[in-house]
Amino acid sequence: MSLCLQARQLACERDDRWLFQGLDLDIRSGEIVRIEGPNGSGKTSLLKILSGQLSDYQGELFWNGAAMKDVREHFLANLLYLGHAPGIKTGLSPLENLAWYQALSGTSSNDKDSEEQCLDALESVGLAGFEEVPAGQLSAGQQRRVALARLKLTPRALWVLDEPFTAIDRHGVAALEKQLVDHAKAGGCVLVTTHHALTASPLLRHIALG
Amino acid sequence: MHSSLHSSSQQGPSEQGSSHRSDISQQISAVPLREYKGGLLIAVKATLVRDLTLLLRRRGEVLNPLVFFALVITLFPIAISPDPELLAVIAPGLLWVAALLAALLSLDSLFRSDYDDGSLEQLLLAPQPLAALSLAKVAVHWLLTGLPLALMAPILGIMLALPAGSYGVLALSLALGTASLSLIGAIGAALTVGLARGGVLLSLLVLPLYIPVLIFGAGAVQAAILGDGVGAHLAILGALLAASLMLAPWAIAASLRISING
Repeated sequence: MSLCLQARQLACERDDRWLFQGLDLDIRSGEIVRIEGPNGSGKTSLLKILSGQLSDYQGELFWNGAAMKDVREHFLANLLYLGHAPGIKTGLSPLENLAWYQALSGTSSNDKDSEEQCLDALESVGLAGFEEVPAGQLSAGQQRRVALARLKLTPRALWVLDEPFTAIDRHGVAALEKQLVDHAKAGGCVLVTTHHALTASPLLRHIALG
Repeated sequence: MHSSLHSSSQQGPSEQGSSHRSDISQQISAVPLREYKGGLLIAVKATLVRDLTLLLRRRGEVLNPLVFFALVITLFPIAISPDPELLAVIAPGLLWVAALLAALLSLDSLFRSDYDDGSLEQLLLAPQPLAALSLAKVAVHWLLTGLPLALMAPILGIMLALPAGSYGVLALSLALGTASLSLIGAIGAALTVGLARGGVLLSLLVLPLYIPVLIFGAGAVQAAILGDGVGAHLAILGALLAASLMLAPWAIAASLRISING
């Protein structure tokens, strides 16, 4: 079953200014869609609209052909959104942070396997050895990596990533780029904003705002 | 200002991507679409554990309202008069007002840190109903604010020469009452979480709704002192709690969505 997120005649107004108007989008399995535009051109607003967080817009959204408001639960069960703020609690260790996210995705945190999965995910983002350190003592890049560990931890078809490369080092950027391509190749779908130059790929598509 | 779209980029994959379309469709099963599986209890429990852990690690925030409560009650006998008869008359009202303000003080931080670090967005995007998850957060707030206030009140009551026999009712009425206060206050906290300085607005929004709880809470203690039946007062406090339990979670969820939208 392939996924398909469509927008028809999307328009968003902020402070008497149209961020975008008449936007038609078709996002399907196996694509990486990069949203481009200068600062303040509405990239984050568009991602928030497409991930069902903002309701202050005109136009219609469809998920697999059905109107978004009717299938919101199914949509959310397949969505992984990483926002501008990493969503990491500084008072908790990376492991505890991930355990909560895993519970939100429906996996019991008492499960032996689930801790194993969290540890694996942290190792895959290069945070082995930092599992029990309070996230407040980690650097900005490391905190971002904890958030990115969810990409591996929670298998979801649609990834919506707002500036995922922020504060990540060069090595990490290459690994993340590969992860995005692998996800698209496996039939997933990635929606991303970034100012970072992505390596050209037949799966990559651009949408320019502003 | 009008912003335009580069139409060339829009049509992308349907034409130029057709070459790889076929091999993708064979691999699509690798990321199957999931149905919503439930797991509400797991999520609620994890949220309870997470918030309890967080607050117990920041003890200062938990102790703040309790210290405030103790300070206010300690100052009154000094400022008014140490006369036990006079103090006994005003004690029920004093204890209740001080506990209410202490609970109000702690409300602003209920959703603030989640809003700041982005985990509130994630909470809103969880497939579980937001009302249930926010109820878990409110439960933690009551456990670490309302309940300790209720347990502390009898000790402070001794300082105000509260007549014997009313201590149990004081603790019980506060335990019931502060639960309603946490639920109602959370609506205000959710509405003002997006504002930089929402503290004053929060008090203005919430205080009128606190008044019925205050009247029946202080009334219950007063009735216990006079030897009247306290059943009616406690029953009304219970009814207020039941009503807030029914309605507040939905209002909190809706308010959080509004705040995130802004």
